[in-house]
This record gives sequence, structure tokens and C-alpha cells, in this order.
Amino acid sequence: MSRSCKAYIAGVFEHPTRKAVDKTIAQLHAEVAIGALKDAGLTKDDVDGYFCDGATPGLGGMSMAEYMGLDITYTDSTETGGSSYLVHVGHAMTAIAAGKCKVALITLAGRPRSEGVKSLAAKDYGDDLPERGFEIPYAPVITNMYGMAAKRHMHEFGTTSEQLAWIKVAASHHAQYNENAVLRDVVTVDDVVNSPMISDPLHRLDCCVISDGGGALVVVSPEIAKTLGDRCVKLLGQGEGIKHLNSGRIDLTYTGAVKSGPVAFAEAGLTPADMDYVSIYDSFTITVLETLEDLGFCAKGEGGKFVADGNLISGTGKLPFNTDGGGLCNNHPGNRGGMTKVIEAVRQLRGEAHAKVQVPDCTLALAHGTGGSIAQRTGAATVIMGRNDA
Amino acid sequence: MTNPERVYADPSINMETEAYWEATKQNKLLLKKCDDCGETHWYPRAICPHCSSSNTCWYEGSGKGKIYSFSVMRRVEVPYVMAYVTLDEGVSLLTNIVECDFDNLSIDQDVEVVFRATQGDQALPLFRPVA
Ligand SMILES: [Zn+2]
Repeated sequence: MSRSCKAYIAGVFEHPTRKAVDKTIAQLHAEVAIGALKDAGLTKDDVDGYFCDGATPGLGGMSMAEYMGLDITYTDSTETGGSSYLVHVGHAMTAIAAGKCKVALITLAGRPRSEGVKSLAAKDYGDDLPERGFEIPYAPVITNMYGMAAKRHMHEFGTTSEQLAWIKVAASHHAQYNENAVLRDVVTVDDVVNSPMISDPLHRLDCCVISDGGGALVVVSPEIAKTLGDRCVKLLGQGEGIKHLNSGRIDLTYTGAVKSGPVAFAEAGLTPADMDYVSIYDSFTITVLETLEDLGFCAKGEGGKFVADGNLISGTGKLPFNTDGGGLCNNHPGNRGGMTKVIEAVRQLRGEAHAKVQVPDCTLALAHGTGGSIAQRTGAATVIMGRNDA
Repeated sequence: MTNPERVYADPSINMETEAYWEATKQNKLLLKKCDDCGETHWYPRAICPHCSSSNTCWYEGSGKGKIYSFSVMRRVEVPYVMAYVTLDEGVSLLTNIVECDFDNLSIDQDVEVVFRATQGDQALPLFRPVA
């Protein structure tokens, strides 16, 4: 049995740097592009579609297309924060299926660590932002906003800090084998719950790392994939969406994954039970817990029990996740973790993950990205992929 | 017991929200509802997000509500409580809880509006536990 698909991921590249003091952002974009094209067996002259986020230098993709010497007939710079790259994958699938481009390059780069961006600093988006006057004076930052989501989830469903901690524990078990990971020490539930409280109930070890770097993806048409061999990964389904504060009728116990997940699974003709491996955006432990529920890996409110006792650890648990160590331990380039989620899922489907964390006979995988703030406005995107023979 | 408070930044004020920020200086919390569909929305807008009507009007809210969720931001110079409060009128707004013991707050706790001067002499609504 072989599933048909409209597009393939032919190349991926994760920049090995975690602190790029000596490189510009444009340079990092070009380095990851070169890496992913080489991985695909293509060159920049094969690229006819270019995709990047709204934080990329220049207006949309124009400056980087010039910098890298690309000849582009299709472009998309949709910005949904850390989920942007999984949105770009979906848009590339659509564009390729419509015959608008054949080789789509997606790049991400950022230097929050070198530039000293404080994770605690309130962001300033300017006076045109309609909600600004009603939020910024209260000093919302990403940790206290996600803290409120976690607190509400605990209140409604009895989720505990120890259950959340298991998510970090699983990530750390995987990161120990990743020589590029920022945090490689295996941690315990006690380590997490005894780490300093940042904004309750989130401890320091409930938070992701801050790192420089980037990544790139090359999405190609079936005709091109045929010429590139078995390392191409099938794109079977994608969904996306935006969740916001709904005119004041708020609910912080779920994410935009309730919108993106069903669309992606329907397009793929698959269900959560079919997935051999998942990459789940992990800005904080609570992000993973709510997303797993929203994607249907367990019932709403059951996420705490689902992630506990090592259920997300490769080789031990039922649902191996983030086997590169994820944003919680490995890498969160540019404060945008969606790109690396796709990259590790592709490694798993190619059988190229680290041997200690490789899922045996990994055939079907899911990657999910979350952007913005799950306690304010958030983007979501889900990509379902299959091995070349899936 | 209570804690020292942050210096509050000025709000952004625009044509859609001038009336709101004039009212906070009189210690009034205004809300906006729609004359066509009757629904209150938050944050206040010229166009109703429920039905797209332009017939939105201001009214004075009760200033009372319950904590929906909160998080005590501890890793800063002056710790503070970030919260969403669900007003009796049904909408939830982002705010800070003041005049409280950080360790004795709970979800669903009753709170009421108080006002604080900002850096530039605007007035910012915040909430405190009902005694
Ligand atoms: Zn209306």
C-alpha cells in the first residue's frame, strides 16, 4: 500500500549553532538554505518558491531572495509566530499542487541569545495594535501568560506540577544523545518542581531554552521527488488556524490545535492512533500537554495522566515525542520552535534520528507548531507526514 | 498584607478608546455593548465583533467579578499578579490583582475594580479581593 501525496519534503537542515555571536541573521538564513538544499540533492538554482516568516530581514522574502541569489516565481511570508513554518509547509503543498512552484524553500533564523533579548521583557508592537492599551500596562510576558493557562488547566482538571514535569523529563532523556542540545543533563520530576518558580505554576525547568540558530526545509513536487530517492518524506496532510480571546469569552484550557488537528488528520485520512512519532511545540510544558489533548491523543483534561510516568520517552512510552530534546532542552532558534519540530519528524521517518531515540519502523509522524501566546492570540499548524513507502 | 506595586506604564489611547480612558480618570470602568445584538464585548471596539454592527455604545460596568486565572510573576524586581478577571457582565479582561497576599489568591475569588495613576497621569483599572 502506498499513499498518494501532492508534495514531499526533500531536504531539511538544523543549524548546529546555539549562540551565533559572529554571524548575521541573513547569513544564518543562507547557511540553513544551503544545508537543506544539499540535503535534498538540489541547488539554489532549482528553487522557484521562497517562504519565510515576518521577522525575516527586509519586506517579506524580497531581501533574502536577493541576498541568496534566488530566482523566485512564488513567495509567501505568512507570520504566525513559531507555527509559521508549518503554515508554510501547507501553503507550499497547495502551491505545488496548483502548479505554481516545484521547489519551495522555507527558512528561519534568529539570534535572541546573542542579541540579549530578555525573555521577561514585555514586547512592544506599536500604537496601532488594537488590544495594546488593554494589555501592555499590566506587564504581560510569555511566562505569566502561559502560567495562567497552566493554572486554569490545573483548576479545571486537577493537572499537577509533577505531571507537567514529566514532559521536561522525557525531553531531557532524548537531549542527552544530542551533542548540539543546549541542555543535555537528564533531569527528574523532583529537579523540575524544585527549580526556581518563574511565574507560578511554571518553574524554570518548565520553560524552553533561549537559543540562536535556524533551520530550513525544501518541499518539492512528486515529479522532482521521484528523481531524488527514498529520503524524501511524504506530506500527507496539513491544517492551520488562529485562536484568540473571542471578544472576552475566554478559555485558556485549549489551543489552536483544536482547529488545525482535525483538518490535517482528515486530509491525511489518518487518526492520532496511527502516529508512530510526534513533534509537539514545547515553549513550555503546558504547551505540550494542552496540544496533545487538542490533537486527540487523549481526552481533554486527561493530558496530565497521559504524559506521566515516561509515556513520551522513546523506547519506554507509548508516544515518543521530540526526540531531539525539543525546545525544552535542545533548541528554540529565534524563539520560534516550529521549524525544528518538522526537522526531527523528518529524521525519524528517514530512520536518521539518533540510534538511542530512533523509533523502530517509524512510518507515520506528526509535527505541530504553536505561535504567539496560548493565553492571548495564538497560531496553530499541524503537519502529518509519512515515510517514502508509507 | 499587601505588597509594593509597580510603576504603571501609560496605556495606548486612540480614537476608539478615548472615552474609556477619560472615564477611568473618574474611577469608572466602561464597557461596550452592541445596540443591535445586545452583546457586551471586550476589549471595547467601534465595530461589534459578534455581529459587525457599528451601533456599539458605552455603559458603566459593575466593576465586580471573579478571578478566572492568575500567575504571580516572581522573577522581577517588583513581583506582581497577572490575572484574567471575568466581570459580572460576562467578559474577561487582562489585569493585575493588587492589595492582596500573593499566597492567598484563588481562582473564582471575588474581586472589585480599583484605579491607579500611571506614569503619565492616566488612570489604570486593576482589581483587588473583596474584603
Ligand atoms: Zn453586535
